[in-house]
Amino acid sequence: MTAIGIYQILFFFLIILALTKPVGMFMARVFQGERTFLHPILRPMERLIYRLSGVREDVEQHWTQYAGAVLAISIAKFAFTYLIQRLQGFLPLNPQGFSTAAAAQGATPMTPDLAFNTAVSFMTNTNWQSYVGETTMSYFVQMAALTVQNFTSAAAGIAIAIALVRGFARHEVKTIGNFWVDFTRATVYVLLPLAFVAALIFASQGVVQNWDAYTQATTVEGATQTIAQGPVASQEAIKQLGTNGGGFFNANSAHPFENPTPLSTTLQILLIFVLPAALTYTFGSMVKDTRQGWSLFAAMSIMFFIGVFTAYWSEQRGNPILAQQGIETAVTATQPGGNMEGKEVRFGIAQSALFATVTTDASCGAVNTMHDSFTPLGGLVPLFNMQTGEVIFGGVGAGLYGILLYAILAVFIAGLMVGRTPEYLGKKIEQKEVKMAMLALIACAFSILVFTAISTVLQFPKDSYWNPQGPAIGNLNNAGPHGFAEILYAYTSGTANNGSAFAGISANTPWYNLTIGLAMLIGRFLFLLPLLAVAGSLAAKKQIPVTSGTLPTHGGLFVGLLVGTVLIVGALTFFPALSLGPIVEHFLMRQGRLFSLAIPSLMDLPWLS
Amino acid sequence: MAVMTPEVPTLLPTRLSRSRPLFDPAIVTAAIGESFVKLSPVTLIKNPVMFVVEVGAALTTVFVARDVATGGASAGFGVQIAVWLWFTVLFANFAEAMAEARGTAQADSLRKTKTDVVGKRLLSGGRTEQVIGSALRAGDVVICEAGDVIPGDGEVIEGVASIDESVITGESAPVIRESGGDRSAVTGGTRVLSDWIKVRITSNPGETFIDRMIALVEGAQRQKTPNEIALNILIAGLTLIFLLAVATLQPYAAYAVSAAGVGSIPSVAVLVSLLVCLIPTTIGGLLSAIGIAGMDRVMQHNVLAMSGRAVEASGDVHTLLLDKTGTITLGNRQAVEFIPLAGVEATELADAAQLSSLADETPEGRSIVVLAKERFKLRGREVSDKSAVFIPFSAHTRMSGVDLDHRQLRKGAADSIAAFVREKGGVVPSGFTEATERIARTGGTPLAVADGRRMLGLIHLKDVVKGGMKDRIAQLRLMGIRSVMITGDNPLTAAAIASEAGVDDFLAQATPKDKLEYIKKEQGQGRLVAMTGDGTNDAPALAQADVGVAMNTGTMAAKEAGNMVDLDSNPTKLIEIVAIGKQLLITRGALTTFSIANDVAKYFAIIPAMFMTTYPALGAMNIMGLHTPQSAILAAVIFNALIIIALVPLALRGVKYRPESAAAMLRRNLLIYGLGGIVAPFPGIWAIDQLLVLLHLA
Repeated sequence: MTAIGIYQILFFFLIILALTKPVGMFMARVFQGERTFLHPILRPMERLIYRLSGVREDVEQHWTQYAGAVLAISIAKFAFTYLIQRLQGFLPLNPQGFSTAAAAQGATPMTPDLAFNTAVSFMTNTNWQSYVGETTMSYFVQMAALTVQNFTSAAAGIAIAIALVRGFARHEVKTIGNFWVDFTRATVYVLLPLAFVAALIFASQGVVQNWDAYTQATTVEGATQTIAQGPVASQEAIKQLGTNGGGFFNANSAHPFENPTPLSTTLQILLIFVLPAALTYTFGSMVKDTRQGWSLFAAMSIMFFIGVFTAYWSEQRGNPILAQQGIETAVTATQPGGNMEGKEVRFGIAQSALFATVTTDASCGAVNTMHDSFTPLGGLVPLFNMQTGEVIFGGVGAGLYGILLYAILAVFIAGLMVGRTPEYLGKKIEQKEVKMAMLALIACAFSILVFTAISTVLQFPKDSYWNPQGPAIGNLNNAGPHGFAEILYAYTSGTANNGSAFAGISANTPWYNLTIGLAMLIGRFLFLLPLLAVAGSLAAKKQIPVTSGTLPTHGGLFVGLLVGTVLIVGALTFFPALSLGPIVEHFLMRQGRLFSLAIPSLMDLPWLS
Repeated sequence: MAVMTPEVPTLLPTRLSRSRPLFDPAIVTAAIGESFVKLSPVTLIKNPVMFVVEVGAALTTVFVARDVATGGASAGFGVQIAVWLWFTVLFANFAEAMAEARGTAQADSLRKTKTDVVGKRLLSGGRTEQVIGSALRAGDVVICEAGDVIPGDGEVIEGVASIDESVITGESAPVIRESGGDRSAVTGGTRVLSDWIKVRITSNPGETFIDRMIALVEGAQRQKTPNEIALNILIAGLTLIFLLAVATLQPYAAYAVSAAGVGSIPSVAVLVSLLVCLIPTTIGGLLSAIGIAGMDRVMQHNVLAMSGRAVEASGDVHTLLLDKTGTITLGNRQAVEFIPLAGVEATELADAAQLSSLADETPEGRSIVVLAKERFKLRGREVSDKSAVFIPFSAHTRMSGVDLDHRQLRKGAADSIAAFVREKGGVVPSGFTEATERIARTGGTPLAVADGRRMLGLIHLKDVVKGGMKDRIAQLRLMGIRSVMITGDNPLTAAAIASEAGVDDFLAQATPKDKLEYIKKEQGQGRLVAMTGDGTNDAPALAQADVGVAMNTGTMAAKEAGNMVDLDSNPTKLIEIVAIGKQLLITRGALTTFSIANDVAKYFAIIPAMFMTTYPALGAMNIMGLHTPQSAILAAVIFNALIIIALVPLALRGVKYRPESAAAMLRRNLLIYGLGGIVAPFPGIWAIDQLLVLLHLA
């Protein structure tokens, strides 16, 4: 690791630390219905939305109504996105003529399974992409369907987190807020203004924003190259801010039109973390004890540093086999050393490792580097980040409600050791809370482990509808444990609603589209519905006064306990799977064995050849 | 099965079978037998963790039997795994059986007291008929005379008698029971020693106090407590997660084997071994034993808890309502100071006070004699030869004293003595009223002393706080528990004693209604309240409190209302009950944490062993340096089984508990059971591996 690399990571963290309180305080005011400096401009817009939609701002909902509203809007969003994709051939802003006879040879057809997968993916804030944006989606789909979903899925996540926080903050009441109001406020006051400003900055850095047809260029060697265009900057901002991560282009934030400069990449990772980090403060502020929020922040920070430095160390250490071949892998004055495979030269190893860690700490899934090309341990970090439920700051809203789930478990397991039945923030943790927390954990473990297991052994005939490649492992890019890691990563990313790809797996087949789609639905709804039930149950409980006999849930001891719970529960669940993937791959690499490309997939894409 | 069989059938040892040795041979034998009975899947399914182990053991046995029949390669290893898996189930059963057997032993000794006695039922017209106790219904009236055993639970409606209640309390001193008031309840099986009483039976056959005691200690009515159910959900959930992790390992292994081209998919025995090692068998096996043992520990303190829920709630208590008299103070006022008036020698006052108290047998009178002796070396004299005439205390004069040698020594209430002095022609000095008020202000009671027409001074009587009470209350505060003193005294007196004892709050001139209101107010703020009570008018408050401890000497109404009965009728017991409740919860948490923390080491033992041939590179994770894959897996399984047995004493006895803040307690317990739980299995598994290789077992 280099000093400048370490400084970059620390500098990034300091900015997040500085933003947490002001942004968190702002959100606390917004969601508690207080006035902010944006109200003079945006309050009329908020009121207009209520008037048009018939929402009554002052009417609160029981948790079941709240959950019903979440489900209703999710179903509507799914149907809307699915239809727009399927009908894109008849809709405007389609200069490349996708899904029409005018489509270029090699364009990906918009099949029902792909449209299903994509609609689920964007509705669940996953943004797993089985498609290649620039060869599949019209500008209209990108804007009206996908970008809109980026806002709404993020707003829904924030709303649910706020509802859970209200469960802790309130006592002896039946309601946990009004979903439509929380959802509107998250969009109007938080996401729109920030995304608007960020989109302008991205445009200033060279991110494109147009409706032009693709440019045909002739390279210096005389070859013809197709350069994709589009309304990218507007989508880029919310893609990062809403921890969505679905790139406009296939190469995502590694593409120079999405993420052209070191400044833009820094802004991108800041946008990923700013809301999840600030929500910890919002939480502390709403439960009227900001130490509680900072404790969660501290636990997340510790896990962030463990992850980012493991990844950075491993990537900078590079591949020993290359070193044995006499290739320089140490840092020199003229080259970065380490493992530069799959990394953009303009970002380097530190920014790439940082981006990969941040995007999987949060449920973003944007990438500025190819995770598949990471060293085994470097690749283990994103994988494990997602398997622990993305609670290291996490997705907007999802990170907070995820870490609160672990806090409930930590308090329940260890809290008994102070000689009282467990309580967290003055609320007794009882049957219902434990049942719901376990339900969420089991659902995620089930989705990741069982879908991976099926895909490692499932056989299809060659050229079958479900999987034209034949057996489900026929879609892998690499052999051995690395190939296994690719399947594990795909279902992990889907279940955790991350959406980043280890790449290397050709996932656009009906089998993978369907199963990853299901994984995304399980990971989203079997996680948030139990937690909304917890919110309802907590809100109805009495608030127990804090005494010296109460388990302190702030301070170093609790932070350590929380980190331990996240790591141990995650490790115990996924250790067997991980040991057959990245862990054994690491030991084999040290012994001089690699698992090379099985098929050159990127080279198959027509516009590159 | 009772070991300390009492000499007299109706007499139990003072501490109802309590300080039984942990591994009483008779109990251990019974428990071992019961362990096998409990293998029945019908009973075991109530414990999901151990049920999974049993299914795993059965599955392994079937596959191993097939291997043995076909002469499979590693049949010896499979047999050992199967045997240890069965041991795992048996050990967990043994822990539960031990806890239950200890309860049964207590129940048996109680049952001996339940001989069917004959009672004399009163018929209309005043005649009586002989009726067997079990035929008596609620509402019947019986007559019990000296020597009779009372045939059923009831209430005295006429008469007064001294009764031997040792069968219930273990205390051999007789108690008085009389009609009306708070001492009217009698219990079936107790014996009338003197006089006679008319008793109205209040319970039907099979529902008597002793019946319920037997059912409770036997655990027949044992229901899982709310926290226990929640914990069961947690460990069942973890079991399901590990089931997923292990079941999916089979296809993962199939992929790995085909990718690597060597090795084989782990056998059923190996996969079941991994599963059993991972699922929280330690806490799963010991959870019910912890609960039963908690109830048993309450019994050992001679308290009868009506439900496990009450014991659990006592750990959560925020506010303790402590009766002043008998709990915080000794219950008797004692002389602490002589205050002579101007012109009177302190010795003279003390001498007069002592003389006037010589015949006073009340605790107050005795304390005056003792104080004079301590302060002024005045010996209690024999005064009978001096033609002394003792004037006993009467409610009318409100004073007592002695006439001797023409002196009229009197002591009594300040205004009465002042009136006495004036009547004799004396004057009450100006400092008198002032001194009286000063004593009253500090919560004391002033007692004036006069020698005829001469007012000598005052004796300061004080309610004395029990030794060590202040420390205990400070400890309670450290545990986050507010102690509230309840007293009938006036607020001034109450405040003084409250500050001396260091309680957090007090309720003066408390009526039963005030108590009830106070409890409701505390509960309204989310606090859990514990209290003791004995009178019928305490019943509403006892019922309202989260933990209501009724004194055994109290009325039936109070006992019905509370959720615990203290057989010793010692109100200080409340503090011990809270500690027992906390200890129960800590034991549960400690073993849960330990159980989960243990898993880390087991992965390091089993995963490399499983894939030794497929991926020899994973041998790098064999950080314990275990000899062979077989010895590694076997060692982990054996460790997992033995740890259950090793922790049985801890489960039955409870972890060590000392009053301290939650933060300090968490730090210590996390270090011992969290960190210790991660570290301990490494040397343990290593040692078993060494032993197995040494014995050529693997």
